Amino acid sequence: MCWLIAPHVHAIKIEVRQGQIDPTPIALVGLQGDAELGSKINEVIGTDLVGSGLFRSISPSAFIQDAASAQTNPRFADWRLVNAQLLFVGKISQENDKIRIEFRLFDVFSGSQMLGLSFSAERTKWRKMAHMIADAIYKRVTGEDGYFDTQMVFIDESGPKGKGRVRRLGVMDYDGFNARYLTDGKHLVVTPRISPNSMEIAYLSYAGGTPSVYHYNITTGRNALLGRFEGMTFAPRFSPDGQSVIFSLEKEGASAIYVMDVKGKQTRQLTPHNSIDTSPCYSPKGDQVVFVSDRVSETDKDSKYVNLFVMDASGSNAKRISFGGGKYFQPVWSPRGDWIAFIKSEEGTFKLGLMRPDGSDERIIQEGYLIEAPSWSANGREIVFTMEKGPKDRPSLYRVNLTGHNLQKVKTPHDASDAAWSKLLSETPTQ
Amino acid sequence: MKKQIMAILGAAVLLAACESDPNQNVDVGSAPQPGSSEDFRRNVKDRVFFALNKATLSHEAKQNVDSQVQWLKTYGNTNVVVEGHCDERGTREFNQALGAKRANAVKHALTHKGVKKARIKTISYGKDRPPVAGTGEAVWAQNRTAITVVQ
Repeated sequence: MCWLIAPHVHAIKIEVRQGQIDPTPIALVGLQGDAELGSKINEVIGTDLVGSGLFRSISPSAFIQDAASAQTNPRFADWRLVNAQLLFVGKISQENDKIRIEFRLFDVFSGSQMLGLSFSAERTKWRKMAHMIADAIYKRVTGEDGYFDTQMVFIDESGPKGKGRVRRLGVMDYDGFNARYLTDGKHLVVTPRISPNSMEIAYLSYAGGTPSVYHYNITTGRNALLGRFEGMTFAPRFSPDGQSVIFSLEKEGASAIYVMDVKGKQTRQLTPHNSIDTSPCYSPKGDQVVFVSDRVSETDKDSKYVNLFVMDASGSNAKRISFGGGKYFQPVWSPRGDWIAFIKSEEGTFKLGLMRPDGSDERIIQEGYLIEAPSWSANGREIVFTMEKGPKDRPSLYRVNLTGHNLQKVKTPHDASDAAWSKLLSETPTQ
Repeated sequence: MKKQIMAILGAAVLLAACESDPNQNVDVGSAPQPGSSEDFRRNVKDRVFFALNKATLSHEAKQNVDSQVQWLKTYGNTNVVVEGHCDERGTREFNQALGAKRANAVKHALTHKGVKKARIKTISYGKDRPPVAGTGEAVWAQNRTAITVVQ
């Protein structure tokens, strides 16, 4: 897929750091040249942008100028009348066995072009092209990378809840489309994590009897034990450089944190086998690890239940960072480094929260009957998690903005849990 | 112990019945063979229960383990797997660890009472294979468990 870049003039900018903002109205004019595909692509772009909470799509029924003339010669006065701030126009053309999309983004107030790009790909990749266009618009307007041309690994769940539940390792687009399955459901699989290059998965499987971390290569289809251990290995997560996996190893009922390189050659023990130490996650720089422990804190004998600790990547200097009520689980460091997302169980409900890496500024952004398994978008703006809304509900995936606004259900083929979000799969052009 | 003797007697009666009339339909499934996994499951208290978020054995749990020890001493050539479970009201990885801690609590109690370590394996199913389906405190209490299964 290739991008061609046209000149533009800089104009408006959305600030994504604030809390709730007024979404910017955008007029997505149907792509010319292939009406059917054009409207499908526009729908995906619209769903992406509106789903971010930063944009609002103006209904085409309000449009004054027709699509064909808007594409060649936009009349900005007409678009100002319908309160559009952004105008998207473009066309699709057939190019041998590929399609080529050209599009422009205008700032309606100044009448200036903000973005003009064209690219081509196989027709079957139209959803990916639509996500890439949405990423380009998002980046141009917010100044930050989008998260639309991404995938999630997840657990597909079917059958009755409980013993007979069938779980398959799956991978899908971030919006739930194009799901495919990498295991057949014969063995229990949970907690998949995707590597920084989006080509590898670390997950827990019962395939070999002892629950163990497996390492799956999406490109080659190779699926193997991460390493051989006496005892259960679980709760894997890749290091930021993708070269190693940090995980828990259980011996005689005590779980400690270890790290192993993905080639399975070298293992290092980071915490002692004294308590339950699990759910380790590296800081984006790789210099620290946040984890869950039910240990009694050295500095605070008062600590009880289950808390979050941060230690150096070497395993030294472990410090408790959670001090609120309830039990803390599943900390995940934001790719931007500024927040740690976590799950809190308190008074019969589950909460999705955020705190600074030093434990300050704790806030709850979502609450429900059962909430778990948070995972960040690569731009650190959105979190995907598993939620059951009540005792009769089944697990589903939801996305929410880090401000707690704009909750969206991810439409998956069946019940789903334990999503892990990839980075952007293609580079968004910068102008 | 009493139950166990009853079971053995029951099996003996059935065998006798078979001898006397080979054509008679006998439901052998109703009386498990002594020393079998079915015998253990039916005639020994095969599981112990834990308090919320805990992996320590209560007085009652210890008594259940004692009955398991008796049986395992009687049938010394058997092996067991202790399965650790948690209720569904928790997060996945921690429950994976908690289930292992529970299974190991039973393993340690069994070995402490003289069952050889080599005969006992443990496995944690966390919250993902709850023995009892459903929801509500009564169900969750039954799923905070470690179940000893004869292989």
